[in-house]
Amino acid sequence: MTLFQKKRRNILPGFGLSMGYTVFYLSAIVIVPLSMIFFNTIPMGWEPFIHAVTAPRVLASYRLSFSTALFAALFDGGVGLLTAWVLVRYRFPGRQFLDALVDLPFALPTAVAGICFATLYSPVGWLGETLTKWNIEIINTPTGIVVALIFIGFPFVVRTIQPVLEEVEQEIEEAAQCLGATRWQTFRKILLPHLFPALLTGSTLAFARGIGEYGSVIFIAGNLPMKTEIAPLMIMSKLDQFDYAGASAVALVLLVISFSMLLLLNAVQEWQQKEYR
Amino acid sequence: MNLDWIKKITIAASLIVASGLPGAVAEATTVTLLNVSYDPTRELYQSENTAFAKYWQKQTGQTVQISQSHGGSGKQARAVIEGLDADVVTLALAYDIDAISDSKLLPANWQTRLANNSTPYTSTIVFVVRKGNPKKIKGWEDIVKPGVSVITPNPKTSGGARWNYLAAWGYKQKQSGSAVQAKTFIKALYKNVPVLDTGARGSTLTFAQRGLGDVLLAWENEAHLILKEFGSDKFEIVAPAVSILAEPPVAIVDKNVARHGTRKVAEAYLNFLYTPQAQEIIAQNSYRPRNPATLKKYAANFPNIKLFTLNEVFGNWRTAQKTHFNDGGVFDQIYLP
Repeated sequence: MTLFQKKRRNILPGFGLSMGYTVFYLSAIVIVPLSMIFFNTIPMGWEPFIHAVTAPRVLASYRLSFSTALFAALFDGGVGLLTAWVLVRYRFPGRQFLDALVDLPFALPTAVAGICFATLYSPVGWLGETLTKWNIEIINTPTGIVVALIFIGFPFVVRTIQPVLEEVEQEIEEAAQCLGATRWQTFRKILLPHLFPALLTGSTLAFARGIGEYGSVIFIAGNLPMKTEIAPLMIMSKLDQFDYAGASAVALVLLVISFSMLLLLNAVQEWQQKEYR
Repeated sequence: MNLDWIKKITIAASLIVASGLPGAVAEATTVTLLNVSYDPTRELYQSENTAFAKYWQKQTGQTVQISQSHGGSGKQARAVIEGLDADVVTLALAYDIDAISDSKLLPANWQTRLANNSTPYTSTIVFVVRKGNPKKIKGWEDIVKPGVSVITPNPKTSGGARWNYLAAWGYKQKQSGSAVQAKTFIKALYKNVPVLDTGARGSTLTFAQRGLGDVLLAWENEAHLILKEFGSDKFEIVAPAVSILAEPPVAIVDKNVARHGTRKVAEAYLNFLYTPQAQEIIAQNSYRPRNPATLKKYAANFPNIKLFTLNEVFGNWRTAQKTHFNDGGVFDQIYLP
């Protein structure tokens, strides 16, 4: 019995060559730089490592980073789906303008976004003034962080759902309705299964981006220890103490948790796709 | 963090900076210097560099071109350690230059090489309040009162913030004679702080532009800048009776000047900062000049504050850093429940 029972023909020739390139580029761009984090942490030793990553301030920052990124990703999932729907299914004047607007968070330096939010929601800002009257605090609270992360993650969701939604044939929905399905049933049974993988991918990207986001958040977070300090700020402040090993340690834990979550989500996606195919 | 990568980028960046200067290689009579400094000194060194270029031309016939790099003091020190090709460093606090000396780029005794602890100019920490001083803030005791909101950056990430913290601590320790009381005082102070920006400029914006807080703790030079930029009809400066003598030091990076062959001009540049002409520029930029005659001339700009030195209260920067700002230090403790 041979290892490859049947040689499949591919459009692009040379699996060996292309795989070689893939591995090389992934190594040069992703693995080698990231492995530096690992190698910087090794000289630290086990006990100082544990001490560094379980300090109450660090733990609080992990909790904050992951929870705010999660909330932002969930919100982006909902609003992103809606936006993609409107942009794909309706034709209206100014649609292309709106479409281009979606990408803006990609292009804008995140620090600019952060400063805009901080100014807008400050007690003397346009929105902040009204919100302060109602005793709603956005700036310098975890809510402020979520607001910034929603902005940052939004295009990921819209841009992953859009092409999939364009593929869905409207005839299928019409058929479902002819067969007596309610709108909700059509959405749940016909549309959602189609869109779910894209929705999950988009939200995952938004989530991953949110965990690492620094530039926009520090302007709106308030950066109070134990309350509104995000994990990337902990890394920066350790670097400012010339504590390279400590910074690498915090980064390593962040990396491992993020990577496990991404792996898990990928697995969910694969399982989900099998389920519906 | 991938150090190698950062190192390569910074070297590449400095090469680009160096090669971008016209005639840098072609003409032997042109010499270039890179001054790596902290955030609020931009305007100061722009004026000083022009003055020094004229002075050096007259002395030697050589044209000197000085590039400036600005950023948070700690970050700048890190950039130099990781290979940013600075001829001279002019940072916010001695600890950051100590860190550079730890990587053997300059000798450990660097601070004794120039007069006045290698600080040709000083500053201090003052209060900026809103016009009319609605919270009646006169001194340190007023800013720890409940209901007063204080804006100061994060001492973990900002050099200026560390001076703010040490000024408050030093005031209380000198007044009460007790470190325990000083700690209680600091705790009460940071209870009044609603936001810790990562840098001094960030805090300035939070206070002046976003309208947060009743009082901003700031470098004296930064306080004057706020009045100039945002209007003296909106803010006023309150000088406490006692504050810290903030000494932002300067030094030559020996390894780098040896490699560039720029030791002579770099030394002249730093020594120039002590001349009456340079001291005048220093005073005009609201830093306190070391030269007594210049200080006297600009006395109206610099209210009489009783200034204590860092060494008087904290020994030296390394000790102060270790006790107060490193992980697990006093600053961390006051935030733990």
